[in-house]
Amino acid sequence: MTIPREHYLQAVFPTPFHPRTAAANTLNAWHRWRDYTVADAYFDVALEYTALRNACTVFDLSPMTKHLITGPDALAFMNRLVTRDVAKLKPGRVGYTVWCDDEGQVVDDGTIFHLRDHVYRLCSQERQLDWLLGSALGFDVSIVEETHDVAALALQGPTSCAVLKRLGLAEIETLAPFGIRSYAFESTELLVSRTGFTGDLGYELWIDPERAVALWDRLFDVGKVVGVKPMGTFALEMSRIEAGFIQAGVDFLPADRAIRPDRTRSPFELDLEWLVDFGKGPFTGRRALLAEKARGSRYRLVRLDVEGNKPAKDAFIYDRRRRNVGVVTSAMWSPAAKSNIALASVSTPYGAPGDELWAEIYYQKELKWSRFMARCTVVEGPFYNPPRRRAQPAADC
Amino acid sequence: MTRYDVIVVGAGHNGLTTAAFLAKAGLKVLVLERNPWIGGAAVSRELHPGWIYSNCSYVCSLLRPEIYRSLDLARHGLQIAPYGGGLTFTRDNDFIGGYVDKDVRRREYARHNERDADAYLRYSRDTMRQCRFIRALLMRTPPDPTSFRLRDLRELLHLGREFASLGEATMGDTIRFYTMSIADYLAEYFESDIVKAHHAGSGIIGTALGVQSPGTAYVLLHHYMGDVDGQMGSWGFARGGMGAVSKAIAGALQSHGGIVKSDAPVARILVRHGAACGVVLGNGDEYYADSIVSSVDPKRTFLSLMEPGDLPAGIVQKAREFKSRGSSGKLNIALDALPVFPALGRGHPLIAGDMHFLDTLERFERAYDDWKAGTWSKDPYLDLLIPSVTDPTMAPPGKHFMSVFVQYVPHEIEGRAWTDADRAAFRDTVFDQIERYSPGFRKLVLHAEVRTPQELDREVGLTEGNIFQGELTFDQLFFNRPFPGYAQYRGPVRGLYLCGSATHPGGGVMAAPGANAAREILRDLRRPNTVPEGWSDD
Repeated sequence: MTIPREHYLQAVFPTPFHPRTAAANTLNAWHRWRDYTVADAYFDVALEYTALRNACTVFDLSPMTKHLITGPDALAFMNRLVTRDVAKLKPGRVGYTVWCDDEGQVVDDGTIFHLRDHVYRLCSQERQLDWLLGSALGFDVSIVEETHDVAALALQGPTSCAVLKRLGLAEIETLAPFGIRSYAFESTELLVSRTGFTGDLGYELWIDPERAVALWDRLFDVGKVVGVKPMGTFALEMSRIEAGFIQAGVDFLPADRAIRPDRTRSPFELDLEWLVDFGKGPFTGRRALLAEKARGSRYRLVRLDVEGNKPAKDAFIYDRRRRNVGVVTSAMWSPAAKSNIALASVSTPYGAPGDELWAEIYYQKELKWSRFMARCTVVEGPFYNPPRRRAQPAADC
Repeated sequence: MTRYDVIVVGAGHNGLTTAAFLAKAGLKVLVLERNPWIGGAAVSRELHPGWIYSNCSYVCSLLRPEIYRSLDLARHGLQIAPYGGGLTFTRDNDFIGGYVDKDVRRREYARHNERDADAYLRYSRDTMRQCRFIRALLMRTPPDPTSFRLRDLRELLHLGREFASLGEATMGDTIRFYTMSIADYLAEYFESDIVKAHHAGSGIIGTALGVQSPGTAYVLLHHYMGDVDGQMGSWGFARGGMGAVSKAIAGALQSHGGIVKSDAPVARILVRHGAACGVVLGNGDEYYADSIVSSVDPKRTFLSLMEPGDLPAGIVQKAREFKSRGSSGKLNIALDALPVFPALGRGHPLIAGDMHFLDTLERFERAYDDWKAGTWSKDPYLDLLIPSVTDPTMAPPGKHFMSVFVQYVPHEIEGRAWTDADRAAFRDTVFDQIERYSPGFRKLVLHAEVRTPQELDREVGLTEGNIFQGELTFDQLFFNRPFPGYAQYRGPVRGLYLCGSATHPGGGVMAAPGANAAREILRDLRRPNTVPEGWSDD
């Protein structure tokens, strides 16, 4: 991609869906997602969230960083890069993964799309081209950043499958979770994956930016009768915390950005041990992670059910109300789980299931600040995990 | 024969809530329900193939979040979806929209009356002050003001302190508020008819009083004090209909080992040696337990389910006098498509909200006049919602379920029972009302269920069809609910309890009466309390 000398004249760009997202944004509420402008919310955060959990919503995820990785050594490269065994990821499948530095600290997390033999798409939260090319030395692969070349929408919620059926995507209900299928849409390819960041039934749609607006229009056209609505980042953030998903820069610091020591986390420390496959052969960080496994981890990511209804945002975590053992990284009142939920990073050995932890919550009511020590219960698994998320075939609502 | 620790009569949301907290404390609990389905007035019924009707209660806001959380109702499948505001149509093809966004709402009010737009802030503040006071009482047992027991004195002292903390001006307002009419209350804030009318409906829903009647200001509060996920005054739908509330509470109950038997009508509560000890079903089956909890209203409990000889004469008298006059009806309608309201146009977001058609207080009062004369309002107050706009599980795609609450509708027509002809004429009154604002509406109707207070009485068991199981007037609230001296959920004989909406804090799908009753029962049985405290709002 050539970047013109005058690029500075426009610091932030509209996404391929902007003509439609701008028209839908009755709140005129925007923020910046790297090179692009995206909606905080379109009409009402609570109602957008409601639409997600009751009908379905469309979220513009075009600014997501995407890389196309191809070549005879694509699999070998991927396996060297990430912690899980990519050989087990068949064509047409998607896998969530993390990758680490030599010290076994997480650089980023993302999803690998095995599009076809020797062709992978890697979606990441951070820019990764330097890291990827650095890891590719000695491999016969080509790595291209394609963030700007692929427009993407997340269609999520209980009626999302019904919308795609109405769009004419044959047998879409049989697409398994983490499956990918290719369809034709107005003489271009529409790639559909049953993936998402909401912990609900949902799909991500990948398309040529030229066809982005047409896709948006068709989705809203056919989806109207099953309640499709646009959704902004604020409602997405609520759903991802309920799903228990972590976010780079929020719940962990990308290792290649860290300046201060001891700020990063390993996969074990993010409750992602299930992503680490020592049996698959060498990968970056393997030796350090083996050592950590033998020695024990420093931190533990815990999912907390916090007493009361005051969100434990940025709260310090205490062991038996005295010793400061960690901090909350994401917190909210969960409408779907009807509980006060939080993700926190605590020092080991604290935070084992059943441990008694306390959150020190500061909250303000009409300018008066109060402090509240709330008892926390360590819970396992997502806070909200409806069966429809995994149901096969996918249901209509 | 199996013995139970506790038998609960009636599987409405309160009966199930009491049972769930008792089962959670380890007690062996049986709930007996006379209908083939459970839920009382919180039900979802497929009365037209493919459509789910919330055919009694239809929206949710008051359900206490403390109960929701502590019974894990989310895990038992309950989801509440806020629907975002409402509107009142005017007769000149316009409307006033109660938008959720406060600046949009202000502009909308200003479109009708500039001063009222700003006065709304003062109105909200004052109403919130009253809400805050009453919310703190919902999850507490009312003290008996005539008792000198330590516990009652303590609770009275607590109440006194809370009241005093409101400050002199608000204390004065509170006392006035509880005896005011909704019309007088609104007149202190608003000038314009349409703004007043838009807010008046909440003051008379389910109540056999008119907008000019003292006591209706409180009824407004009763509809304002709820919240959906902290959004005060917000209302929502239970996904899958209101039966989802009962189903989730029953799920919680069963997860703690409790049993629910439907098709099991209790004919009689048995009393031996001055203590309630069991029940007899219509078919003669007997069940025994140490405690019997009636979730049924006090009229039915004391006048039909119990022998008068088992009760103090005064109680029988009080039960007779207890006011539970029916004043509301309902139409549940299956629609072939989304109706169009020309004033709104297509695609308006408030089509998801509550819609109303009375644009002056005078029309409200006239509607009440009809009820007093023994018939339904000829220009009725409707609380009309289309839940399927928000919740796709209620009707097939593109089709819709419409819930129309109607005020006022009498229990009897001029002193006699409703006939099919009356019901058809009542339905046509409501259809005509809707048709005036949505031409072509009638052609969309595929099926309609007509509910009058008579059906609510006979099918749901709400005496005279009062939706709150007894009117929400000051003489029947707090330590006077249902009667003075019996507000602490204990009945007049040992081992007998009340837990329905006829007890504090009253009707609406709140579950607080059921939870408070469970706490008192556990106290009597010396079991650890499983009922959560109310969350503080300081």
